[in-house]
Amino acid sequence: MSATVPTLPPAQAEALAASYDAATATRRLRGLAVAVVVAGLMLFAGWFAEVRPAAFANIANFSDYLAKTIPSISAQTPRADIVAWYWDLKTWSRLLGETLLMAYLGTLLGAIGGFALCFLASANLVRNPVLRFAVRRYLEFCRTVPDVVFALIFVFAFGLGPVPGVLALAIHTTGALGKLFAEVVENIDMKPVEGLTATGATWMQRVRFGVLPQVLSNFASYGLLRFEINVRGAGVLGFVGAGGIGQEFLTAIRNFYYTDVSAILLMIIATVITIDLVTERIRHRLLSLDQRP
Amino acid sequence: MLVIDGLTCRFGSKAAVSDVNLEIGQGAFIGVIGRSGAGKSTLLRMVNRLQDSSAGRILFEGSDVTALKGRELRLWRARAAMIFQQFNLVGRLDVLTNVLMGRLSTMAGWRAMSKSWSQEDKAVALSALEQFDIANLAAQRADSLSGGQQQRVAIARALVQEPRLILADEPIASLDPRNTKVVMDALLRINKHFGITVMCNLHSLELARTYCDRLVGMAGGKVVFDGAPSALTPAVARDLYGLEAGEVMDLEAPVAAGGHAPAALPATAAPPR
Repeated sequence: MSATVPTLPPAQAEALAASYDAATATRRLRGLAVAVVVAGLMLFAGWFAEVRPAAFANIANFSDYLAKTIPSISAQTPRADIVAWYWDLKTWSRLLGETLLMAYLGTLLGAIGGFALCFLASANLVRNPVLRFAVRRYLEFCRTVPDVVFALIFVFAFGLGPVPGVLALAIHTTGALGKLFAEVVENIDMKPVEGLTATGATWMQRVRFGVLPQVLSNFASYGLLRFEINVRGAGVLGFVGAGGIGQEFLTAIRNFYYTDVSAILLMIIATVITIDLVTERIRHRLLSLDQRP
Repeated sequence: MLVIDGLTCRFGSKAAVSDVNLEIGQGAFIGVIGRSGAGKSTLLRMVNRLQDSSAGRILFEGSDVTALKGRELRLWRARAAMIFQQFNLVGRLDVLTNVLMGRLSTMAGWRAMSKSWSQEDKAVALSALEQFDIANLAAQRADSLSGGQQQRVAIARALVQEPRLILADEPIASLDPRNTKVVMDALLRINKHFGITVMCNLHSLELARTYCDRLVGMAGGKVVFDGAPSALTPAVARDLYGLEAGEVMDLEAPVAAGGHAPAALPATAAPPR
């Protein structure tokens, strides 16, 4: 027994413990109820959408497919075998480069769009609910339609090539970054903005000097995150003919060029990992800038 | 001359300020006193138009301030400079840029957006800082400064607005006693030197009596006292703060007419944290 805390008479201690148990019992019961509901909904969703575990019976097909993509590299001539595996390295590298540039351009254009619109979508800067509503719904539209769908439409409109891909990424990125940026803006400290309002600054001046210094590093961080996502996204835009490595990848899958599939896939994975690592490092540095007092 | 005429501000059904009437001559140093929630801040914010009024008018030299819009409103805000309890500087901008914010309302749009300040504006801002002995901090980030320094930057920002009126909303409530004196002295200097009217919300009666030449006491959104500091008797102060007799420590001492410097700040006059 602790010497610094006086011991309560048993009756009083029991009463307190009982009331504590009663109070927490409801909380515990609620937690259990939530867990049951979540599990029930999961089962229902699986049943309704016909996600049957029976399909996993064909798991062997999956592993067979993967096995076929493994190239045969002999110990005697490893170099020649790898060169043979990556027989079209030049084309693939060019297409991968194109994919990266598409992602870069799409992210940049989308970030500009999101930047221009995010302030209008922020409740702490725009009092007019109609304007805010309109901007928010527009951003929602931009990000709800998958970029592949936009790409498909633009391919019909502008023809094959990276242009529709870039446009599709830009629109999707505008929607996604516009929302994230607006959330950053809504979380800022409003005191500096109020200080500027009181000096007679215009709306633009308040955004420029009161808001921007507070959000810029966060914006850059989200922009980089989006670039990372867009590199992955750009990889499959070629499936619909919107440029990049996707077209070549799809051809390999369709024509059962098994080793080509693995060669291209490994290139994509290596690229994405590299970009992940690089952007992550930059983002951490940007965010640590923020923590400075 | 600033005339406040039947000014009222309602938040929902609650009136934060109700039917305030004041006439304030140019160059006065007015202390607004009262408990937290008495409506002091709302009153000041309505004068700068940070807060819209529900009824009544504010007239400055005959023109109705409550009706201003757009550019006219911004120019009025520059003339009725505001100083805040939390300083409201942009922490991530340097000190000089923060002071230059006071020039925004008169600056060409492109200049502000591209941060290409004119030499003249820069010189004005630097000399405003030098008045408070902090020109050497011009290149530092504002959030790296101490509270007292930040409030001096805020006063410099107010000064470069070339205001006719300074509205100080609890300017010393976040400061220690020494900085309290520095900041209040700065306000007094501006008031005497440039003839700028100062309206200052204060918690401390002692400070109010020391610096102000007229006190306005508010309670429940209404003005319940308006007169010279010497007229603020212990009885009035007790009413104002809803205290029992004997609790208004610094009023128990005999009240001398006219501004007198306190030898030391009594305990109750220390800024609440």
